[in-house]
Amino acid sequence: METLEQIRDRLLARFPGAEVTLVTNPGAAAQHSLSLGLAHAAAMALFLRDDAELKLDYCSNVTGVDWPEKEIIESTKVSVPDPAGGPAKIVEQKTKRIQPGSLEVVYHLYSMAKKHGPVIIRLRTANRTDRANVPSLTPVWRSCEFQEREVFDLFGVKFDGHPDLRRILMWDEFTAHPMRKDYVEPDDYEWEPTPHGTVLDKAKAHYPPSALVAAAPAAPAHGAPTHAAPAPKEAPKP
Amino acid sequence: MSEPATDAPGLSDAERDELRRHGILLTKIEELVNLGRSKSVWPLQFGLACCAIEMIAASMARFDIARFGSEVFRPSPRQADLLIVSGTVTKKMAPQVVRLWNQMPEPKYCIAMGACAISGGPFKQGYNVLKGIDRFIPVDVYIPGCPPRPEALLHGLIQLQEQIRTAKSSGPKTTRHLRPGDCNYPVPEFGDRDLEPPANPAVWQPPQIVRSEKA
Repeated sequence: METLEQIRDRLLARFPGAEVTLVTNPGAAAQHSLSLGLAHAAAMALFLRDDAELKLDYCSNVTGVDWPEKEIIESTKVSVPDPAGGPAKIVEQKTKRIQPGSLEVVYHLYSMAKKHGPVIIRLRTANRTDRANVPSLTPVWRSCEFQEREVFDLFGVKFDGHPDLRRILMWDEFTAHPMRKDYVEPDDYEWEPTPHGTVLDKAKAHYPPSALVAAAPAAPAHGAPTHAAPAPKEAPKP
Repeated sequence: MSEPATDAPGLSDAERDELRRHGILLTKIEELVNLGRSKSVWPLQFGLACCAIEMIAASMARFDIARFGSEVFRPSPRQADLLIVSGTVTKKMAPQVVRLWNQMPEPKYCIAMGACAISGGPFKQGYNVLKGIDRFIPVDVYIPGCPPRPEALLHGLIQLQEQIRTAKSSGPKTTRHLRPGDCNYPVPEFGDRDLEPPANPAVWQPPQIVRSEKA
């Protein structure tokens, strides 16, 4: 199979003006991918499917990635010349920059005819709120239909041109997108008798502090039997 | 302590056993009815997840739930006595489970089979799984396990049969379906974040934390 660089160059030659960038994966898996610009994404997907060299005729997996808005602090070292004529001082300058959030859809493509793959392509939305749209690739690979619905359900990516874009896992009345990183889950935990970790943090919002302290000497909460002050025994009857 | 109103006056269980040894059977209609009920509990043919596979195994020849009179898995809730909640109840499925329960005729019984049906199990921390079917349905027998083996299901069934056999039709320990005002199980609706309501307060209350001090 061609390398991703070759595929990128052929895509750029075939679609002038299209955005194709190679996204490298620094991890051990080293599964690099191609990020496609949204304007030509559907046409480029058709090209990947029908090209005689690639014949990527099978889309095995569609998934989503949430990239929330992130504040990045960059520190740069600037050398400031000393006005008195001494050696220049090196001053660290910190700049804050807000990286806008976005949602990403990842497609894993294989070729049944050529028996090669995967080629991974990514589509990135403009933002996470009102412009969370990408073109649907269901017209190209039919197997994307349910998986794009799942990404729509759990991440809130709207697929333009999808034939039947409805929620697939959660019910229709549900409004949130549970796989987003800022999702707040419903408050329906059944509190455990010995909470710890995050469950303890949540339990604190529900129970008075005395109920959560293990060795509370007084005021047993919720009718717990107290051993600190045993009831005086009745005098034996004569 | 004996049940004053329902038991035969002046006769203890030991005395009745003694009479039975001499060929005199003293019993009550209630006991006969309970015996009949307990020996033919027809479950609803209804499975939710991997626990259902164990339930199927319990119904087949190797474990043979027919030995206990429960081999007739009914495909309709109108003919079933027992709802075996066998598996994970997602919030999307919960209204349908409650609706099936409402469609079953009294007297009806419920077994929560497996960790998920009891409490949500490994999915308890998740957002989409009901944390125990006992939030909406009164459960008679809980069978822990993930999934429980067929023997455990058979044991749970025997426990349920024991409950049915000793059920009382009056007095403070009246069986559930004869108590007044205990026949309405509202079906939860789909809300925009969670089920509405998230639990039936008449059936389930959140547990209270009770801490005993260190000795």
